[in-house]
Amino acid sequence: MDPSRKRSIRFVVALSAALLLATALAYTSFSASTEARQPSELASATPAPGEKYQLVGKVVAGYKTSGNVTHFRVRDRDGTVSVPVTYKGNLPDPFRADREIVIDVVKKGAVYEGQPGTLVTKCPSKFTADKSQT
Amino acid sequence: MLVAGQACLIVALCSAVYGAGASLYGARARRPEFVASGRRAVYAMAGASTLAFVLLEIAFVNSDFEFAVVASHSSTTTPLFYRLTAMWSSQEGSLLLWLFLLGVWSSVILYVTRHRLRALAPYAQAVLLGYGVFFAGLLVFLESPFRRIANPVAEGTGLNPLLRDPGMMIHPPMLYSGYTLLAIPFAFAVAALITRRLDAEWIRSTRPFTLFAWLALGFGIVLGARWSYHELDWGGYWMWDPVENASLMPWLTATAFLHSVMIQERRGMLRIWNVSLVLATGVLAILGTFLVRSGVLQSIHAFGASTLGVPFLLLIGGMIAASIYLVATRADQLRSRNRLDSLLSREAIFLLNNLLLVALCFVIFWGTFFPLIAEAVTGRQRNIGPPVYEQFVVPLALLLVLATGIGPVIAWRRATAANLRRNLTKPAIAGLVVLAALIALGVTGSVTALIMFTLAGFVLGGIVQELWRGVRARRAASREPLPLAFVSLVRRNRRRYGGYFVHVGIIVMFVGVAASSSFKEVHDVSLNPGEKARVGDYEFTYVEPTAEIHAAPNGRLERIAFGAHLRVGKAGGDTKLLHTSKDYFPSQDPSLGPVSRFFDGETTTEVALDASLYNDIWAAVAPDIVRLRDRIEEGDRLFERAADDLTGEQAGQFLALALRGLTERYTENPPAARFRLEVNPMVSWLWVGALIIVFGGLVAGWPPRGGTSRTVTAKYAARVGREVREPERVPA
Repeated sequence: MDPSRKRSIRFVVALSAALLLATALAYTSFSASTEARQPSELASATPAPGEKYQLVGKVVAGYKTSGNVTHFRVRDRDGTVSVPVTYKGNLPDPFRADREIVIDVVKKGAVYEGQPGTLVTKCPSKFTADKSQT
Repeated sequence: MLVAGQACLIVALCSAVYGAGASLYGARARRPEFVASGRRAVYAMAGASTLAFVLLEIAFVNSDFEFAVVASHSSTTTPLFYRLTAMWSSQEGSLLLWLFLLGVWSSVILYVTRHRLRALAPYAQAVLLGYGVFFAGLLVFLESPFRRIANPVAEGTGLNPLLRDPGMMIHPPMLYSGYTLLAIPFAFAVAALITRRLDAEWIRSTRPFTLFAWLALGFGIVLGARWSYHELDWGGYWMWDPVENASLMPWLTATAFLHSVMIQERRGMLRIWNVSLVLATGVLAILGTFLVRSGVLQSIHAFGASTLGVPFLLLIGGMIAASIYLVATRADQLRSRNRLDSLLSREAIFLLNNLLLVALCFVIFWGTFFPLIAEAVTGRQRNIGPPVYEQFVVPLALLLVLATGIGPVIAWRRATAANLRRNLTKPAIAGLVVLAALIALGVTGSVTALIMFTLAGFVLGGIVQELWRGVRARRAASREPLPLAFVSLVRRNRRRYGGYFVHVGIIVMFVGVAASSSFKEVHDVSLNPGEKARVGDYEFTYVEPTAEIHAAPNGRLERIAFGAHLRVGKAGGDTKLLHTSKDYFPSQDPSLGPVSRFFDGETTTEVALDASLYNDIWAAVAPDIVRLRDRIEEGDRLFERAADDLTGEQAGQFLALALRGLTERYTENPPAARFRLEVNPMVSWLWVGALIIVFGGLVAGWPPRGGTSRTVTAKYAARVGREVREPERVPA
């Protein structure tokens, strides 16, 4: 076969494979992704039953743990609107009041139920020095 | 010290600005004295940033809380080792570390190449000094580590307890070494493009730096994974967090470059591809630094307070625009002299390897930035979890391992059927033997893991075959004993055999990842003392609670640890006693009571770990201190009432008694504690694999004795002649 024709075929095959991968990646990402919401957005909307959301906000002081279930409220990063959340499982070490968390939740009655293993408390260690001290 | 430190940063900035200008002027006006002056400006920048680094270290060691950064990231109870390393847990300190390492590595490469690459050096200097201007500028104008604290404090906040792990404290310098070393090939690539000197000379000169950048970055990534596994209470080592991904992406493109550069050196092919990979790697390294500071993505790391996003975006935008312009305008000179002769050739397999690595990088890039992509498309941020990554990464990784097995044994240019038969039969048999053995042993729970183990057998079979052939030939020629022949073989072609060792390490790691992710067993359980839980074949017994008060070397209370002794073993077999605890570090928050501040500060889990090559027994406790809360609050009230009647010494003594009483109450009347219990197969293979990679990388990158030149003896010339006649046996 003519070498230039051979190269063209190889190029088309490689490009097709890349396009296929990109299309599959885009489709899978959109279909398997979770929408991120702040507490005020969840509170003002009517979440669809069984719909999973990624809740992002800060832990309100006064959370309670009984057994391995923790009841807490999450508020907006820069606001006071909060939603109630229950979480079953071990809490991450950095979890405490006023810490920023990310958790996948599903609405069950009046409460948002945290999905096991999805609670992430942001590491407070780095790059958040309190500038008011200086 | 504050003034001296700030002065050092200003000197570093001025040196970088002057040096960049002098280098460019020297190159344009053909004035070598200005180019030499520019190089000396790099040394000056390195010296000034080193001095600033040392001054800040002294402040941390002496707990000088006049420094705002020391007050917010260290304390007198922080152990010396962690005071020495607390600097890079801060924004300011980590930027200074970047500048310091950039200065050191830039000085080394410019010194080493001072008599070579004369045409390229001025522009490479200017690029490296451009980085210096950027980071020194950030330190001088936006994030100075030499800021005085407004309200002096007697005690600092302390280093986050989660970071008090030796591996974690080495992890940032390794990552930053990787990032800063990657600036070197980037700078020389830009210089080669500007000067249109696009032969392989700049690649050969910077290759050791690329290799050590790759090694440092890779080792840093593994240290981070090991920290996560040892220090965090979830028992994993990788969670596809944007910050983790940010370090993996440049590592993947650097891996691709280290392979494809061999094709350019040997066949003059893939020149556009190689220069693009180097430029992309340089951009991705800065992107990683940007991601951890911008707060644009949700991550386990909280970086939202940073204001450095815009300057970094401008830098990245500039780098991308310049890279595209330079490659586009030099495309004609970059065209390859040769074409791919056959898909059955080493070049083709290396190209496949490159495409797979870039595809992996693309998948990770897509997943990392998907929240922003989704927001742009749908108006709302959406996030994807590990399953989406794994759906694409796993098949690509399997194909990559297959290519790793074929690449080193297939012939250059065009492989014949005889060549394939000769080189692939034994490795294929090795893979099939592994598969048969696993099926016979009943290891059939995961098809993905089975494929990975089979491919691992195939790759290792190929490497053993190559080593054996080399040793046999060496023995035939020299009559050396087997071990000596092996050492001589490796010494004579370190790049090739070092690369094989790296492949062995990668395969060992992949086997560890496949086994630990496919066959991991986890059980979250609440236990009272004396109760048992079963995880896989192992039985965990909660023997007794523990409670300890730990004092710092200066006598102040460092932490209180509530834990558990666990007895673990297989039914009827030997058992081991393991200990896990949760450590409570006192808070500096003045609004908390004198007793409760010891329980409402930071906490960290000390994991119980019994590691072996077969599996890891892993346990973490979450003690329930709710029952102590009434006593803690009562203690707060008592101290508040008696505050005016007690001297400082008396208050300290009473507080010590109160804390001792609380710990005794916990151990005498223990509540049920929650545990995460895990049996993780072959996790240790990850760490062993990483060490093998480091060894292989050092072998491959170690400079040959007597520099890069090689005396051409008649014997050597004869060997080269033989190799030219037998291209399929030429070393990689």
